[in-house]
Amino acid sequence: MKRYIDFYLASMKIAILEQWQYPVANYFYMIGMIAEPVIYMVVWSAVAQQQGGTVGGYTPGAFAAYYIVWTLVRNMNIVFTPYGWEWRIRQGQLSMSLMRPIHPIHNDVAFFAGWKFVVIALWIPLALALSFFFKPDLHPTLLQGIVFFFAIWFAYLIRTMTLSLMGMITFWTTRVSALFELYFAAELILSGRLVPLSLMPGWVQQAAWFFPFRWAFGFPIESLVGNMNTRDLFIGLGMQLAWIAFGVLAVSLVWKVAIRRFSAVGG
Amino acid sequence: MQGFRLAFSYLRIGIMNEFQYRANLYIQVLQTFIALATGLIGLNLVFAQTANLGGWGKPELLAVMGVFTITGGVIRAAIQPNMERLMEEIREGTLDYALTKPADSQLLVSVREFRLWQLVDVITGIVVLIIAQTQLHERMNFWGMLGFISALGMGAVMVYCFWLIITSSAFWIVRVQEIANLFEGLYAAGRWPVDIYPNWLRYGLTFLVPVAFAVTVPAEALTGRLTLQTWFGALALTTLLFVAARVVWRIGLKNYSGASS
Repeated sequence: MKRYIDFYLASMKIAILEQWQYPVANYFYMIGMIAEPVIYMVVWSAVAQQQGGTVGGYTPGAFAAYYIVWTLVRNMNIVFTPYGWEWRIRQGQLSMSLMRPIHPIHNDVAFFAGWKFVVIALWIPLALALSFFFKPDLHPTLLQGIVFFFAIWFAYLIRTMTLSLMGMITFWTTRVSALFELYFAAELILSGRLVPLSLMPGWVQQAAWFFPFRWAFGFPIESLVGNMNTRDLFIGLGMQLAWIAFGVLAVSLVWKVAIRRFSAVGG
Repeated sequence: MQGFRLAFSYLRIGIMNEFQYRANLYIQVLQTFIALATGLIGLNLVFAQTANLGGWGKPELLAVMGVFTITGGVIRAAIQPNMERLMEEIREGTLDYALTKPADSQLLVSVREFRLWQLVDVITGIVVLIIAQTQLHERMNFWGMLGFISALGMGAVMVYCFWLIITSSAFWIVRVQEIANLFEGLYAAGRWPVDIYPNWLRYGLTFLVPVAFAVTVPAEALTGRLTLQTWFGALALTTLLFVAARVVWRIGLKNYSGASS
């Protein structure tokens, strides 16, 4: 156990030191990323204004709160991408990680977790600027704040597991980009990334319950900005934990079968 | 003249290269279809709640989406791959190979890559435009068509200049791969007409990142909103950006210090 804790702390520290070297690159990345929710926010605020102030229970201020919290959740759920998996399997880069006496996924989890600290530090000024321009209507309770804190880290783990599963498909075929795009499109619609799920047709909202997407995106946002009661907040956290457990189990099972197919030498 | 011949040769090599990977065509078709479907879902979600957005109706926004798809296809076929290769070469020091060739360096770095299959987006965009036009019930006249094509061309040139300017920043700040992400994020704003954005953002999307001219202005031409004033504005900005890109490229090149290859 101590071995793992040491490994995690060391990897996170390396990630922080390394990423802190490239603030401009990180900002480029973040501005490109923040453009997306700003677009949604502007479009939906315009719709709300045209409909006399609210649409689906959201005022422009509520949309601003939703999409500004969105930026933090999005930053939190950026993980090692399936394209990264494709690259490291196709190029044989995985060989090196296989030499280590620890499962490679620990390295992904630790590195990206460390990166989050840099990302959040860089995110704060952007969030303040966005709040200045768009005037979010945000009044979380203490409980919501605490649930949100856990929800974003759980979201990070869920997305790490689901995207690793996607990435591991590359062990069988390297023509995976279309499959990944399909996954991301489903995520866009079913997670609350495009619009708050309450604006979706009823059957989409119901379907969203059964996929991991909303638990890694919409739920953390709504836990802070929505008016969920205590029971729903804890059901949400429970669903997140269930998905994490399922994800860890699935990743370890698939890994066992998949790694036998890996044939690169060197790298 | 020689420049055209050079560009044409590279285009031919690019196409021949793409024909070696024909399966990629099907993958591209699938990806274009997914992007189109998510775009349409977004559009329908908005128009399930309202009948018009900032003075634009649904068929008009469909036209915007068509232009967005066409221009996006052109960018990913001809502009982005060249610029990504350029930033890689600046970082690695392998730009030497291009600079030692007896041709204009800016021209050379801008024509070396061509992704034929990305043109699926262009075809899809044209189909979307035709559907939008039939829903608009507006006959397209000759001047409207001319305005549209010229606006589309100027938009593409502006996007190219913008890319070249930010790619040239690699001469100073070495790690710039994130620029692709930056551009994609900002370009996505073009999915909607820039009129709906707050002023500060609209000016940014018009003059800093020429998304307005690349997408909204051609769509204005199609929907009969383009004024002569805007058209001349586009022409002036295209010229200005072209000169600026040339100057930045020249200055950046003087800062190039790669000697590793």
